Amino acid sequence: MGPDPSAAFRDPEVARRLTAAIAAAVTRPMKIMEVCGTHTVAIARHGLRELMPENVTLLSGPGCPVCVTANRDIDLAIELGRQPGVTITTFGDMIKVPGSYSSLAREKAEGRDIRIVYSPLDAVALAHSDPDLQVVFLGVGFETTAPTVAAAIKTAARMGLKNFSVLAIHKTVPLALEALVNDPEVAIDGFILPGHVSTIIGPEPYRFLAEKYGVPGAVTGFEPVDVLQGVLSLVKQIAEGRAEIDIAYSRGVSSNGNPTARALMAEIFEPSDSEWRGIGVIPGTGLAIREEFAEWDAARRFDVTPPEPKEIVGCQCGEVLRGVTLPYQCRLFGKGCTPEHPIGPCMVSSEGSCAAYYRYTDYGRA
Amino acid sequence: MCLAIPATVSIIGENRMAQVDMRGVTRTVSLDLVPDAEVGSWVLVHAGFAIQVVDEQYANETWDLLLEMGEALDAEDAELLNAAAQAAMGEESKA
Repeated sequence: MGPDPSAAFRDPEVARRLTAAIAAAVTRPMKIMEVCGTHTVAIARHGLRELMPENVTLLSGPGCPVCVTANRDIDLAIELGRQPGVTITTFGDMIKVPGSYSSLAREKAEGRDIRIVYSPLDAVALAHSDPDLQVVFLGVGFETTAPTVAAAIKTAARMGLKNFSVLAIHKTVPLALEALVNDPEVAIDGFILPGHVSTIIGPEPYRFLAEKYGVPGAVTGFEPVDVLQGVLSLVKQIAEGRAEIDIAYSRGVSSNGNPTARALMAEIFEPSDSEWRGIGVIPGTGLAIREEFAEWDAARRFDVTPPEPKEIVGCQCGEVLRGVTLPYQCRLFGKGCTPEHPIGPCMVSSEGSCAAYYRYTDYGRA
Repeated sequence: MCLAIPATVSIIGENRMAQVDMRGVTRTVSLDLVPDAEVGSWVLVHAGFAIQVVDEQYANETWDLLLEMGEALDAEDAELLNAAAQAAMGEESKA
């Protein structure tokens, strides 16, 4: 039996050599942003930020779907839950996220019918088994999740379900990165691209970042050494003035993503404008339910207008998501805002930047 | 939220609904998004769907990472990992 190839990824010596190579390659201050909640956690947990040379800053961007959901959309979900006969079904991580005036958790405590499901198909099954309920599923998440919700809508349509609908507040990643590239306050030099989103869309949709803006990107896995390899590839490219979209990691990410999932998404959804917390409206980054499936669109089925949204006083989640403020620079971080008693979405979600910093860095223990 | 958990396909039933095995824990998932998956395939499971076919090495690495990240996971995923860890311990004690 030959050596186990995966063993190398746990090898501190490999990590040390990669870190040294990064330090040798860096020529100027470089800002590298990761845009995936799992990378956020992996980087914080393995202390990779502390391994970087002084000139390389690893930032966490808008990679946590729950965190980037705008208050306006959370308020709308809450308002839908207040309609007579409506049952809200949602993934668990949306429950505690505060909107402008309430959260789903608080609404549930006040007696509204809000249920956590594991899959959008569970929500379809609930609607099917109990025709008296008007089941609304909250469609939150990036390209990883949107195809599963598209499949659920298609299933509901096939079954002719009259009591199931989806509030589609999905977001797509590539054009959001363009918004960050165009933001002079952010000035990102390179991106670590999200692994599981890429299992669906492949690397192609990011190509414009390199070609139009000269900003390189690396699709990497979540192992510490994968991340370091991605960083090394980016640092070298930035230093040499090159820009490519590089798959530093080929296992699991086929070069074509998942065409079946993309076709289903395109059948059910069409691109729309979407509001991102901290960034604002980015054209083409939302997924609206197409006219043919309007019957299963909760936004069309229910005539609901929540009050104008307001932001949480003192919370800098929006700035954190853009990479202009680091979690520990927020006045609330660790002082009133902790994973046990979160004030803003970046601390609520387990993959939020603030939660990851709090759990795994010294700032959380200060 | 974008987390995907590796599993092997055990049984494929009607409408491409399948029983998958996540290190000893059985779940029912849809194979709608992975037309190539067959019995024995390794898949990544997200929100009740297999979203990609992967190789075994990738699957094992992803498991290691998930177990390491345990405390940062959502309740649902954490519950699954605990069940898988217990199932694995059961296997060991039998051996």
